[in-house]
Amino acid sequence: MMDDTDRAIVNALQGGFPVSDHPFAEVADALGLREADLIGRIAAMRAAGVLSRFGPMYNADRFGGHNTLVAMQVPAERFDEVAAQVNSFPEVAHNYQRDHALNMWFVVAGESRAEVDRVLTEVEARTGLPVYDMPKIREFHVGLRFEA
Amino acid sequence: MDVNGRDLDLIGALSAGLPLSPRPFAELGAGIGMDEAEVLTRLADLRDRGVIRRLGVIVRHHELGYRANAMVVWDVPDHAVSEVGRRLGACPEVTLCYRRPRRLPDWPYNLFTMIHGRDRAAVEAALAALARREGVAGYPHLPLFSLRRFKQCGARYGRALAAE
Repeated sequence: MMDDTDRAIVNALQGGFPVSDHPFAEVADALGLREADLIGRIAAMRAAGVLSRFGPMYNADRFGGHNTLVAMQVPAERFDEVAAQVNSFPEVAHNYQRDHALNMWFVVAGESRAEVDRVLTEVEARTGLPVYDMPKIREFHVGLRFEA
Repeated sequence: MDVNGRDLDLIGALSAGLPLSPRPFAELGAGIGMDEAEVLTRLADLRDRGVIRRLGVIVRHHELGYRANAMVVWDVPDHAVSEVGRRLGACPEVTLCYRRPRRLPDWPYNLFTMIHGRDRAAVEAALAALARREGVAGYPHLPLFSLRRFKQCGARYGRALAAE
């Protein structure tokens, strides 16, 4: 389980990580920890699955990348089968079942709109179900920070 | 926006995550033939230009105790959607806020917000409070609660994806 030190680390590191030659030492100093202890705790939380990643969150459109939110209406008896088909694409970054007639929602991310289109066409072909493609028109807020 | 091949090499290498070692940027660069100084310069530049929104930890909110989430969708008239989007996006309850296209006749909603909470009741309470406080309860809206999560991983970009 996470202790107070782990929580302080998660809260601090969601805000950013120094781009410097000894970044862990810098963060450890600020939190009153030893560098090796900080690295060990991050590794442990990653192994435990609390942290999905330690790295960058990109703004894909800034380098020509593209992503879109996709919805599908999947018959209940086919749900697991279709989920496995959809998740087999490396371009699918998130997939949730939600309580609506459109019951499967996932993100497709690629290096270009053309690549995303190709994936959507393949998803339709493989599952035999239509996709609802809802790319963002405008972004008002991306926070995704969670107090630990 | 000029992101060149060397930047893409770096973006690709970073997609796997930052090495957990005292000199992570040196180690990262070693894999792609880039010295630490160049890695630091390029990363600072990518961050300043907004290509990298944030470098740090990305949590699994479920494992952190945020067991419920709803994608709350709103049908807001086009002339008002920018103003409402800005307002909802600034609310502490809202972790993401996007305008997206309607897909009529099946899908009339054009504004998407995410609300996370410890449980379903907490998300519902947050939504009710927000709708009342911001005066948006009159717009047709619907919370789509997450029932199951199949995949949560970061989007992959750069050379790592191209190589797959």
